[in-house]
Amino acid sequence: MNENYDTDQMWITMGPQHPFSHGLWTLRVKADGEIITDAEPEIGYLHRGWEKECENRTYAKIIPMADRLCYSASMTWSHVYCKVVEEALDIEVPERARYLRVIADEICRIQSHLMWLAAVGTDLGNLTVFLWALREREFFLDLNVRLCGQRLTTNYPRIGGVRNDMPYYFERDCMRCVERFEKAIWEIIKLTDESSTFVGRLKGIGYLKAKDVANWGITGPAMRGCGVDYDVRRDDPYDAYEDLEFEVPVLNKDNPMGGDAYSRYMVRIEEMFQSCEMIRQSFNKLKTIPKESPTRIKVPRCIPAGTHCAKIEDPRGESIMYLVSDGTEKPYRLKVRSPVFVNVSASRHMVKGVRIADIPAIMAMIDMCLGETDR
Amino acid sequence: MGYCSILEWIFFRPWDSIKESGYCPYSDYNLPYMIGLRLSEIILGFIGWLINIFVPSWSPENSFLLSPALLNGTAVVLEVVIIFAVGFIINLTMIWEERKILGRTMDRRATMIGPLGYFQCLGDGLKTFCKENIAPRAIDKKVYWWALSLVIGSSVLIACMVPLSDRWYIVNYDAGLMVIFGLFALAPFLILSAGWAQNNKYSLIGGMRAAELMISYEVPMLIMLATTCLMAETYTIGGIVKAQFDTVWYIVPQCLGFFVFLVAAIAESERVPFDLSEAEAELVEGWQTEYAGMKWGLIMLGDYFRGYTACAFIVILYLGGWMLPGLGCTPVPELVFIGKVCLVFAIFAIARGAYPRVRTDQILNIGWKVLMPLALVNLAFVIVLKTVGWF
Repeated sequence: MNENYDTDQMWITMGPQHPFSHGLWTLRVKADGEIITDAEPEIGYLHRGWEKECENRTYAKIIPMADRLCYSASMTWSHVYCKVVEEALDIEVPERARYLRVIADEICRIQSHLMWLAAVGTDLGNLTVFLWALREREFFLDLNVRLCGQRLTTNYPRIGGVRNDMPYYFERDCMRCVERFEKAIWEIIKLTDESSTFVGRLKGIGYLKAKDVANWGITGPAMRGCGVDYDVRRDDPYDAYEDLEFEVPVLNKDNPMGGDAYSRYMVRIEEMFQSCEMIRQSFNKLKTIPKESPTRIKVPRCIPAGTHCAKIEDPRGESIMYLVSDGTEKPYRLKVRSPVFVNVSASRHMVKGVRIADIPAIMAMIDMCLGETDR
Repeated sequence: MGYCSILEWIFFRPWDSIKESGYCPYSDYNLPYMIGLRLSEIILGFIGWLINIFVPSWSPENSFLLSPALLNGTAVVLEVVIIFAVGFIINLTMIWEERKILGRTMDRRATMIGPLGYFQCLGDGLKTFCKENIAPRAIDKKVYWWALSLVIGSSVLIACMVPLSDRWYIVNYDAGLMVIFGLFALAPFLILSAGWAQNNKYSLIGGMRAAELMISYEVPMLIMLATTCLMAETYTIGGIVKAQFDTVWYIVPQCLGFFVFLVAAIAESERVPFDLSEAEAELVEGWQTEYAGMKWGLIMLGDYFRGYTACAFIVILYLGGWMLPGLGCTPVPELVFIGKVCLVFAIFAIARGAYPRVRTDQILNIGWKVLMPLALVNLAFVIVLKTVGWF
């Protein structure tokens, strides 16, 4: 093809309502036949003034709002919010609540990753993966119901602890669910990892070098799949994570090409196993803490003036909340750093040179969640 | 003669006497034609009986209404309708079968309307039928409608040309195979035009993909066809089936060919591992994007007709057609054939449940670098078999 003429290239607007975009966003791609030469993500369709709305609410009322940042990671988002307020108050969470938070977070991580796996299934055209992954996810949502009475918007963490202690037999139910999951995930892996068609769709596309990852600020499984060995849970531990032993899956550490879509997939699958391990260890540790000990402490209504920052490891990356308090009962400013917002900025780099058919595969590995991206 | 009973018009005549009338287009016994003839006798006789009530002086024996020419002409029309209706019912059964298999594969309930969920397709058909007929303003109107009609029409035509047995066919001449595959090969051109006519980038890309996919899988498929014709030493479908009854099913000597033909058939009927021309995730249904409502429903139906044709050809070329080893033609060869087709279609359905969609370049690689050499190896093997004299 003659590159002097631009007539053989066309801009295709994929979105805002497009099967590959899980939510409202647009990826404009410039295609030369099937090859993509340029791309441009457009977000903002779901902006609802979340941060501004928080300025008109008391600190306690923001917790259920934080749930709504991402439908499949509600636990971690309300967690990071509680954490930043606790940091502002300079209080320590009771020991029992620390473990309960870890358990809740890891349940959330597993169900979020299963939601992602389901989305990968639809994006690559295999509905069996979609339905099987959602089937497994239901068990973890049931655990959410047992723990907090809600499937998705859990509203479980509180400033200074958690809302309630775990119900009777929760440990038994949780361990049953985890053990079942560790067997059942292999059934799904038979359809994905052991299928050369599936692997062939993911391998060799959407490369990101470790240096670019650092420059863009990409976090989460996308970062660890590209060889950057960093996990907030291990390197800057919060709550009970420092007492747990777990591995952080990192792939392509010495690969100069960086990681492709397949490595991001592998990291997420491995993370689910690690989460199961963490849940198991947390329950073992919980046994040593007396049942009568508190899960929550009383906190003052007003927060002393100052600026504070907290970060935790979200299923999608590193989520940060930045709080400016002015001594009243409402925050002066609450800033959210969403991992997907940052990760999606690299989409242009990732999709350049691949084919149109690769776009869903690459974008599925970002695990888009527009609620937190647009806020 | 006056008044005649309607029952008097329903009578049995042996095939030879039908042939002797000089208007019958078939030389061999043809079941749908016979049914059509009976039905036309009933219908025309009923009309004659009605006329007789009001005009008693009218004599049915001498009128054109009951002449062998008109009876045979009506019989041919009715035969076409019967063959289409049976093909349609087979199609609905296959859709139902696929949905059931997919439902079990995906651990969910499948269709639920009617007995065993069989009427779900009818409900879907009714739904698409009730939709508003929308066409975008900026389309190329002529091509848009003609390409659509021809895609559906050619699919239905080839499906109806597939014989269900040696007594259930619409045409049975020497080049029957060639004609069916010639019509099969029309689709890429029509789909490309349809994709272009919609004035939509997604459908344009979908049309291009369909063309490149179908053309590259046409070649191994035709090589396989030639191989089987070489083995059976005939171009007629009946001859191929009979040759398999005389020796063994061709899946035994040509298991490689069966595999190649199976993959190519899935690709040719644009089903899931190879459905990249209507890839839902990236192309929003590809070349069908702007065909909404009933048009889309008909395209889907046409797709299943193509899938049925592909399955039927696997059965004819490799699985002994309507004959069973040792039994030959059972009393109901049509049902044997349909059963085999449904079994082959189960493979299609399971493949749809198990595999993700393959990428464009990967599909072309599979077509040209894997299936083509395998097809040629199979051809060489068959030539050796023929030379040695085992078949």
